[in-house]
Amino acid sequence: MSDRKFTRQNGNGAVARVDLMLVSEMVERNAKVLDVGCGDGELLQILADIRNVDGRGIELSREGVNECVAKGLAVIQGDADTDLADYPDDAFDYVILSQTLQATRQPRVVLEHMLRIGRNAIVSFPNFGHWSVRMQLLFEGHMPRTDILPYSWYDTPNIHHCTIKDFVQLCQTVGISIDKAVALNAWGSPLRLNAPWWFWNLFGQQGVFLLSRKG
Amino acid sequence: MNVKPDEANLARDQIVRDADNPRDSIVARFGADKPLKLDAGVDLSPFQIAYTTYGTLNADRSNAVLICHALTGDQHVNNVHPVTGKNGWWETLIGPGKPIDTERYFIICTNVLGGCMGTTGPASTNPATGKPWGLDFPVITIRDMVRAQAMLLDHLGIETLFAVVGGSMGGMQVLQWAASYPQRVFAALPIATATRHSAQNIAFHEVGRQAIMADPEWKGGRYHLEGANPRRGLAVARMGAHITYLSDAALHRKFGRNFQNRERATFSFDADFQVESYLRHQGISFVERFDANSYLYLTRAMDYFDLAADNGGVLAHAFRDTPTRFCVISFTSDWLFPTPESRATVHALNAAKARVSFAEIVTDKGHDAFLLDEPEMFGIVRGFLDGAGKARGLPWISAKK
Repeated sequence: MSDRKFTRQNGNGAVARVDLMLVSEMVERNAKVLDVGCGDGELLQILADIRNVDGRGIELSREGVNECVAKGLAVIQGDADTDLADYPDDAFDYVILSQTLQATRQPRVVLEHMLRIGRNAIVSFPNFGHWSVRMQLLFEGHMPRTDILPYSWYDTPNIHHCTIKDFVQLCQTVGISIDKAVALNAWGSPLRLNAPWWFWNLFGQQGVFLLSRKG
Repeated sequence: MNVKPDEANLARDQIVRDADNPRDSIVARFGADKPLKLDAGVDLSPFQIAYTTYGTLNADRSNAVLICHALTGDQHVNNVHPVTGKNGWWETLIGPGKPIDTERYFIICTNVLGGCMGTTGPASTNPATGKPWGLDFPVITIRDMVRAQAMLLDHLGIETLFAVVGGSMGGMQVLQWAASYPQRVFAALPIATATRHSAQNIAFHEVGRQAIMADPEWKGGRYHLEGANPRRGLAVARMGAHITYLSDAALHRKFGRNFQNRERATFSFDADFQVESYLRHQGISFVERFDANSYLYLTRAMDYFDLAADNGGVLAHAFRDTPTRFCVISFTSDWLFPTPESRATVHALNAAKARVSFAEIVTDKGHDAFLLDEPEMFGIVRGFLDGAGKARGLPWISAKK
């Protein structure tokens, strides 16, 4: 299952679209971007087309990489857990990890590397605190399966689930500044901006965070 | 391995003629005013470079692609070979509408320094003696080969290459080009190669060289002068090397344990097995077109190649602030230049903040896969060059996908 680790798991196209558009809106024009787990290069292509970024990608699956390179994208075959260490400090303006954090072996180390390599990081992930996840565990007593988390417990590549609340706490622990945060509902639309964290944590199906180093 | 001595001598004499006056090639001659400064600390002068071109150089001279050949290749990358009569060695990749499109790019392929197909090497005439250089030829390096190519580009009035492409030893030249002349290389495509020759590869080369030098006909490298030809030694060197270009799976698929024109083992040392017969054929046909001393020099140049060592032991320093965009390709069954070697190149390029793509292609064809029909490689080469062409502002994107 490790092959699927970095491919985007968004169950339906519309969700993927909003997620990627939202990410691309967080990126400044002409920026230098590294997309970790870039899949078939959809986001890199969007960023190149509408933001004119100088984009690079890392992708675990060989098929994804070869597809990207054949499209003319600068993508290498690699693994977020092992290959980020090779990049020098401040090599990028943004390092993006879209729907992949929960599949890494060491999410905290990956996050720290992202903000070492890049001035900013953008992370999106499925929120394990979403009400539908909680309901499945509470009332049905089995590991939750949803549109964006479609796997059974025994074959899921997602080994480090977290909730929006967990992620915010990790950012505080590591000393990362959250510059922007958006929670998307099950239809991929952003939730009310002035809602409290507990509301996002319960009704956000995924979280999208723009991060930077503190200080 | 029955090469008739008189035929072998004819082949040897033809090699010497081709070394000075190659067929179906253009020759650029560099006189005393333009010596080639070698890493060995010697000035080589005069010297010449034999090359071929395909396609047309555009008005602003921005579409030149240099193809670098491997150890036993030559400049006949896309035309019928004047000695063997075989088609160009990379015509799967190069041609009208192909990934390296002759309708879009101006393609240059040189015989490498030390080769024996018209660029100065040990089979060429030493102007001091009027006889073939033999072992008086200075030991050369990959960097020397690239330096010579750069002089040819100056001669042709081409400042910047759109791309440099090559596999194996050709890939070493690509990496050396990017390291030596970063401003002159827009895009680099090193395939099935490494930034240094591994201990195992040096070991294989040493076996090949010892096979040549152990042949009494080698005569201390003076066979051209003494009417001899170390054809058996060279054939054995080629046979051994050829195994390293394939893979266990490919050999099994191609030959298995099948017998050659016989039902059962003959209880002799004939070529009972198809694989033996195949290797013997590879050895014999190689002798017809390749100079034994040239083989020594070129394998040595590969052995000495180590880009990290040239840069204070830090590979990334070889590519510091490089403007070149790279596409590194490896093959799963290549055990001569295995994927970890390419990955090390990619890591160094990342550390140097270079724009790099890296793809590993699944195949059981071993190192030789880069020369064969590998559609996935073709797609990647085409996509990479199209993307680079767009960034370079080359007039059109090749239409055939």
